[in-house]
Amino acid sequence: MSTFLGLPGLRRRVDDGAPDPLPEEPFGAVPHPQEPLRWGEAFPAAAKQTLANDQLRRNLGHATQVIRTKRAVVVDEVPDWEALRDAGSAVKQQVMARLPELLTQLEENVVARGGVVHWARDAAEANRIVADIAKAEGADEVVKVKSMATQEIGLNEALAAEGIAAVETDLAELIVQLADDMPSHILVPAIHRNRSEIRDIFLARMGDAPPDLSDVPRELAMAARAHLRRKFLSAKVAVSGANFAVADSGTLAVVESEGNGRMCLTLPSTLVTVMGIEKLVPTFDDLEVFLQLLPRSSTGERMNPYTSLWTGVTPGDGPSSFHLVLLDNGRTDVLADEVGRSALHCIRCSACLNVCPVYERVGGHAYGSVYPGPIGAILTPQLTASSGGVSGHQDPNASLPYASTLCGACYEVCPVKIDIPSILVDLRAREVDADRSRRGVDPWAAAMKAASWVMSDGGRFALAGRAATLASGLGGGDHAVSHAPPPVSAWTRSRDLPVPAGRTFRQWWAGRPPVAPDEPPTGLAEPADVPEAER
Amino acid sequence: MSARDDVLNRVRAALGRPGAGTTASGVVGTAPHLDEVPREYRTSGEHPPGSPEVLDQLVDRLVDYRAHVHRTTAADLPAAIATLVTELSGSRAGPGAPEPDNSRAPELSGPRAGSGAPEPDNSRGVRVVVPAGIDDGWLAALPDGTDVVRDSRERPLTAAELDATDAVVTAARIAISETGTIVLDGEPDQGRRAVSLVPDVHLCVVRADQTVQTVPEAVRLLGEHPDRPQTWISGPSATSDIELDRVEGVHGPRTLHVLLVAAPAR
Repeated sequence: MSTFLGLPGLRRRVDDGAPDPLPEEPFGAVPHPQEPLRWGEAFPAAAKQTLANDQLRRNLGHATQVIRTKRAVVVDEVPDWEALRDAGSAVKQQVMARLPELLTQLEENVVARGGVVHWARDAAEANRIVADIAKAEGADEVVKVKSMATQEIGLNEALAAEGIAAVETDLAELIVQLADDMPSHILVPAIHRNRSEIRDIFLARMGDAPPDLSDVPRELAMAARAHLRRKFLSAKVAVSGANFAVADSGTLAVVESEGNGRMCLTLPSTLVTVMGIEKLVPTFDDLEVFLQLLPRSSTGERMNPYTSLWTGVTPGDGPSSFHLVLLDNGRTDVLADEVGRSALHCIRCSACLNVCPVYERVGGHAYGSVYPGPIGAILTPQLTASSGGVSGHQDPNASLPYASTLCGACYEVCPVKIDIPSILVDLRAREVDADRSRRGVDPWAAAMKAASWVMSDGGRFALAGRAATLASGLGGGDHAVSHAPPPVSAWTRSRDLPVPAGRTFRQWWAGRPPVAPDEPPTGLAEPADVPEAER
Repeated sequence: MSARDDVLNRVRAALGRPGAGTTASGVVGTAPHLDEVPREYRTSGEHPPGSPEVLDQLVDRLVDYRAHVHRTTAADLPAAIATLVTELSGSRAGPGAPEPDNSRAPELSGPRAGSGAPEPDNSRGVRVVVPAGIDDGWLAALPDGTDVVRDSRERPLTAAELDATDAVVTAARIAISETGTIVLDGEPDQGRRAVSLVPDVHLCVVRADQTVQTVPEAVRLLGEHPDRPQTWISGPSATSDIELDRVEGVHGPRTLHVLLVAAPAR
């Protein structure tokens, strides 16, 4: 359940003499980004493109609805769900407050059990560490467990540049990798593909796919099993992420479904785990909270099929060499933010994606980051803050906090109660503030100032109201204006404008019949007060 | 400055601790306030370990995830294991034989397709791998010709050798009824992690008194030895990556048999 992108060995390289690969790309791939946290166009433009893709919207609509329903059923059967959320949220808050101590405690325990701990300030440093370990083991191929952290640092591309092929072993990641595509969901990265597309991808790119492969999911899964089994049995080096790391025991946890994680964590002689510094829990017993919260929120299962826990090296069982890479890559900047730091509590369940009305329609690619959806909208711009995020409208990531209706569904389902809507609002305010100081003439600010002048005086407001009634003749039978001239077109480009009423409230009030003094007062807004013709 | 010191200093700066400099973008944060962790959640179930309610729930949840459950007694266990192994030999009997699995679609390839291992030699008996510390009595009724291979940390089989076995029989550390989960912790009766992973069929023996209702009950027992490598198993391996259509049996054992052994009558 933890993630990544493309198979470097299969990706056409510049040096293989192939002409410009994109025009002949048969699977509509997303061009591979230089920066996994900032690619493509800004959200408004990217969303417009993905909204036009009917296939994508159908696949996503079905998928999010199915997972939402499954999650609701298995969450409902847990009588103490809210108590678990409260505990999960508080534990994560403790982790952040005590992070320096917990990190050194984790390091001590991993080292005491025969592991090697590395620290990486940023993506380049983490990639360097992993590449050096693979080279030292003489490996030109590594098998990978799905991991968001390695996706965030673009590990596969970095390894490819060093001549090392990273093979994704999660079925969905394999599909994405073979198609030279980008993932579109944290949990089910190939959710934008349907079965016949997947069959076509396997037939074209897998090499050993049976020629009579059908599009039955079971057949497709079995083809992937056969394809990967050889690699599992011969791989020398595996790379994984981690769902949790226990400070007081040095134990790492990977939660998964297919068994590819167990294969990678168990069979190769060397294991490298890349983990964000925020993924800690203080004690082993804390797992009793998160191993309940994560599977039900994520896949809508009572428990995922396989969870692996390991502590350093166990002689005779599993890898004989274990490396843990602790990754910052912008996390300490997020941690420094009083409001935004709770984004680091995220356990990558992706429940917020599945309930988000925006994500459900635009899909993961529109967010231009390996972290899509509501959590991506708060995490991505903060992670990239030191390289320009939340710094003004020029940064494509600055538009991400607007990729939300603020409906609050994400907060309701979040297993660790991250208040995503509040952080979104805070990030929006910051983006506006950052822009205010640098723009010259700001039409929006000017309009607000004018509105403030009008509204601060009763006479001026009445005059403005009467002026607005002049527009009551506009619009069609639905009493809406869909196309207006500039500057109102800025509004009507994406929404209708209701036609103003034929008269103002003040005019109606002045014209209503007098109330007899001995009559009991009725509510002012009582419809009975309004003559029939007005209703 | 080393990357370690640099990252730790950035963390300290982010939390507003003095003398640590700033984060990468030059910020000094504030110390978060610290609340006690409320632990109002259930730390045990309403039913005691091994009670009929807990056992029924475990069976229900295992079946829901398409594991095969066989309720038996200590006396009947060897015969139950022998029956399952015999069935395996039948399913290996020839081409086109059904996979020992409740697949809902026609099977594409044999149990070890693409593994590079030789095709099953149908003249030999079923090859079963067991961890060296298993109760030998469990294997007492195996049919003649069954090839039993032992594996231990001291004398481990290679991955290729494990790939050439048909099934594995292990004990378990604990089971959780609410989630339908069985946990192995690598002790001699449960074996190395690879042993319960590579063979296509896993026969797992769970004693009734090992079954608890809730996750916290299990975590607290497992926390007594957190350094042991643990594998939590909830049904056979599965994927929902293609249109969220669940397919059981991907890389781990495609068939999981749970032999639930009743407590001896008093």
